[in-house]
Amino acid sequence: MLNSPLLNRRAFGLGLGAAAAVVAVPAVALTVDQAKDLIGKAVGDINAVISSGKSEAQMFPAFEKLFVRYADVPTIARSALGVAARDASDAQLKAFTKAFQGYISRKYGRRFREFIGGKIEVTDARPVKSYFEVISIAYLKGESPFEVRWHVSDKAGKSLFFNIIIEGVNMLASERTEIGALLDRRKGDIDGLIEDLKSI
Amino acid sequence: MPSPFRFSRRISPVPVAALAFLAACAAPQSGINDPFEPANRTVHAVNKGLDRVLVSPGAKVYGGVVPEPVKQGVENFAETLDQPGDMANHLLQGNLEGASVNFARFALNAVFGLGGLFDVATEAGVPEGKTDFGETLHVWGVGEGAYVELPVFGPSTARDAVGTFVDFALNPVGKVAKGKDATVATAAQILSRLGDRARYSDTVDSILYDSADSYAQARLLYLQNRRFELGQTGADTAGAPDSDFIDPYEDPYAE
Repeated sequence: MLNSPLLNRRAFGLGLGAAAAVVAVPAVALTVDQAKDLIGKAVGDINAVISSGKSEAQMFPAFEKLFVRYADVPTIARSALGVAARDASDAQLKAFTKAFQGYISRKYGRRFREFIGGKIEVTDARPVKSYFEVISIAYLKGESPFEVRWHVSDKAGKSLFFNIIIEGVNMLASERTEIGALLDRRKGDIDGLIEDLKSI
Repeated sequence: MPSPFRFSRRISPVPVAALAFLAACAAPQSGINDPFEPANRTVHAVNKGLDRVLVSPGAKVYGGVVPEPVKQGVENFAETLDQPGDMANHLLQGNLEGASVNFARFALNAVFGLGGLFDVATEAGVPEGKTDFGETLHVWGVGEGAYVELPVFGPSTARDAVGTFVDFALNPVGKVAKGKDATVATAAQILSRLGDRARYSDTVDSILYDSADSYAQARLLYLQNRRFELGQTGADTAGAPDSDFIDPYEDPYAE
């Protein structure tokens, strides 16, 4: 069905129309299906890396690429830094964002081996206030299935996720606590924090 | 909705005054309410030491040496022993469906699962029916109260600490099992905990040993997950954003 030239042309036409709409009205509203698709794609790509058979060290850069592609990293990083972001220079924020995305990719990438032989299924999506919530169920080997929710927004100009909530535990809150503690350890020195993040 | 007072006579070991006190100091169920932080941090350090020298090595041995089917059997057995207590709590919550799930699990596993060693109930499609007295108190309208970290038991709240105590003191299995049976029951429960520590070792290790402030991480994780369990956040709260929802776009610099 997808091979039908008619449909292809129509899909192409629709694609062009959509592209035009994006150019004309940058704030084109994100739909439930788009949010769902985004997470479906992200999950598919993550699963592909996990089952690629690469070593852990080789997987980390792959995860980082996916994180940058599907997540609103600058917003997540700034939120994790909290009030300290207010005093940071643009250069510091940029360096922090870069260090943060590597740190997140390694931290969560290490945990993805628990997903080997398992799968995540996107089950539902719904609008909540100014963002979308995509609900998925993770099926891991030898464990009862559990709920993973993704918060998706298009405020960065395209649809990206900005938070993951696993059985109520949310990544943004957890990283705010962690980054805050690391910053305290450095007595508020952001450059020191950036150095630390590179080696965690 | 059954009146809590009718039940409170049955659970006489919990002074009604204490319940009233807990209810009165019910804090909003969002954010972090931790007035005893210095004392909690001391307990946390002790718990962490306990984990490092005893629980984690024990779990590694148990997880590594004992064959998987045996561990599964121990876990199934411990879970079966939980059913009478869970059923009592579901009844106290007025949750007949939950209580019947516990009854079905207990009956199926005890009879067809060789006294609870095999989990035939799950294979027969009976869902899990975990609950506790902390949840019962929640259903009765008791707020979670201050965060506390309990020795050995770990993260909790004022309400859930009372719940843990009541579950422990009033466990029907403890009332029925005597002598050797009681020892077996306790051993199964402890081994099951060790099995959990081994199974979730990556998660627990990352919180306890890889985070910059393990106390704060454990506290956050416990509170968020507990509120989720009690249905205060999550997919069931349709349409409404969680009280702990963070919108990084609205005020990216906010605390």
